[in-house]
Amino acid sequence: MIERLQTYLPRLVLSPSFVLILLFVYGFIAFTGYLSVSDSRMLPSLGFVGLENYEKLFSLRHWSIALKNLAIFGILYIVICTVIGLGLAILLDMKIRGEGMLRPIYLYPMALSFIVTGTAWKWFLDPGIGLENVMHLWGWESFSFNWIKSREMAIYTVVIAAVWQSSGFVMAMFLAGLRGIDNEILKAAQIDGASNWQLYRRIVIPMLRPAFLSAFVVLAHLAIKAYDLVIALTNGGPGRATELPATFMYSYSFTRNQMGIGASSAVIMLMMIASIIIPYLYSELREKKT
Amino acid sequence: MSAASKDTALRTGVIARALIYAILLVFAVFYLLPLFVMLVNSVKPLEEIRQGNMLAFPELFTIEPWIQAWGEAQIGVQPTGLKPYFINSLVMVIPAVIISTLLGAINGYVLTKWQFPGHRIVFGLMLFSCFIPFQIVLIPMARILGMLDLAGTTYGLILVHVVYGLGFTTLFFRNYYDAFPTELIRAATIDGAGFFRIFQRILLPSSGPIIVVTVIWQFTNVWNDFLFGASFADFDSQPMTVALNNLVSSSTGVKEYNVHFAGAILAALPTLIVYIVSGRYFVRGLMAGAVKG
Repeated sequence: MIERLQTYLPRLVLSPSFVLILLFVYGFIAFTGYLSVSDSRMLPSLGFVGLENYEKLFSLRHWSIALKNLAIFGILYIVICTVIGLGLAILLDMKIRGEGMLRPIYLYPMALSFIVTGTAWKWFLDPGIGLENVMHLWGWESFSFNWIKSREMAIYTVVIAAVWQSSGFVMAMFLAGLRGIDNEILKAAQIDGASNWQLYRRIVIPMLRPAFLSAFVVLAHLAIKAYDLVIALTNGGPGRATELPATFMYSYSFTRNQMGIGASSAVIMLMMIASIIIPYLYSELREKKT
Repeated sequence: MSAASKDTALRTGVIARALIYAILLVFAVFYLLPLFVMLVNSVKPLEEIRQGNMLAFPELFTIEPWIQAWGEAQIGVQPTGLKPYFINSLVMVIPAVIISTLLGAINGYVLTKWQFPGHRIVFGLMLFSCFIPFQIVLIPMARILGMLDLAGTTYGLILVHVVYGLGFTTLFFRNYYDAFPTELIRAATIDGAGFFRIFQRILLPSSGPIIVVTVIWQFTNVWNDFLFGASFADFDSQPMTVALNNLVSSSTGVKEYNVHFAGAILAALPTLIVYIVSGRYFVRGLMAGAVKG
């Protein structure tokens, strides 16, 4: 009897967590999935309407703005964070005096809430009191920086604030990768007459492949989920100029009484993330097996 | 040894080195700038911000904005300041962190030392839950919290944060215990020690570092959450992030930038202190969350 209990006990102990995950993650995904093909408006409703919500969703101008913004934001955010992160990591790895001081400075924004980041940048980028005003007071009268108030440029202020928050973290990932490279390989290449530039381009950067992959996956999924920062920085405006899928989903589901469309946008977001995360997790877990 | 050999691997001239330091310092300024702006403007009178230079040190030093932000500013209906929301956040964060860490530890233990058929799938499903966009669960979560009579309560938020933190806490402990020698466990079983006894006597005592990493990770994530707080909280359970956003974005009256900055620092302070005190563990958590396996 005790023997039997011993074999089932571990599973029994794990089961509450597993049931919670099954219900609150996968059950909820299924529920939202069903809502996305239902006639739900203000409240969930179970009337089946096929793909109508998806058709409506993709004909909405708001949604195409949100997708376009996500493309602009996502690409710039990933590329700039990677460039800054890799650059800083390479420079910091050159036996820098004061590295212990610099690293925490680069990384502390990651500990802050996006709401705090948004608040700080919102007023700093405000033309009336922030950077533009500072430049005017310093004598650069013609300086103009009103992106945050401009429909065309506001999305780029979201990029600035997001890069500020995450690039230090990417730096830390690349630095860990660099520290893991065997110096003997670099020395051997140098004896063969490779220049510093060649050393990095041919040997170091290719060896950082796993760090690139991790950075991409983390940044891409953060970009798709981006919500708090936009709310705090621009609240989706001016107008709807900085709408992203996450803000779209929220407003359609909870304030515009279009829950079916909101649910379908959430399903699209999940599919975007899954298409990045599942192959990544699959390959990571498989590697462990062998 | 490896540090010394690094020197030989990269030869850089004096000018190149000066340039490297210059670039590194410029970026240090970039990262510190918003914090500096928040700090200096949180101790200026409002007039000085409006008239003056945001990057200048205060001419007239005042802690009035901090007093306002903490205890007097109008948030929602009442002029309560951020204090009650700070307490809401604490009351929410502490149980959520403790419960999710404990569950994560025991899950990690089972998934590495008591593997059963299908353990890989169970772990895979838990792992994927770390990455889902929470928009996909918002609508049903609101329904369930309503059905459980937890809508708008701190208990509801604790439940939400425990459930969506489980994936990460399990991941941390699983990876940590994976490296723990299984022979020790086997020897203990032969000596007649049971499931809980082994966990308590052998694994827990050596889990210090990973507990610190997990607690810091969970604390930072739950404290900084905005989406769940904004979706599922009432006036008497709203966390700090939601209150700060309400304070800053409220359109009534004059924009009190100095109070907003003081409030933002108050909201950032707990996680910032954790980061300063234990930065090493914070970074380790970030990396463990990013680089699987």
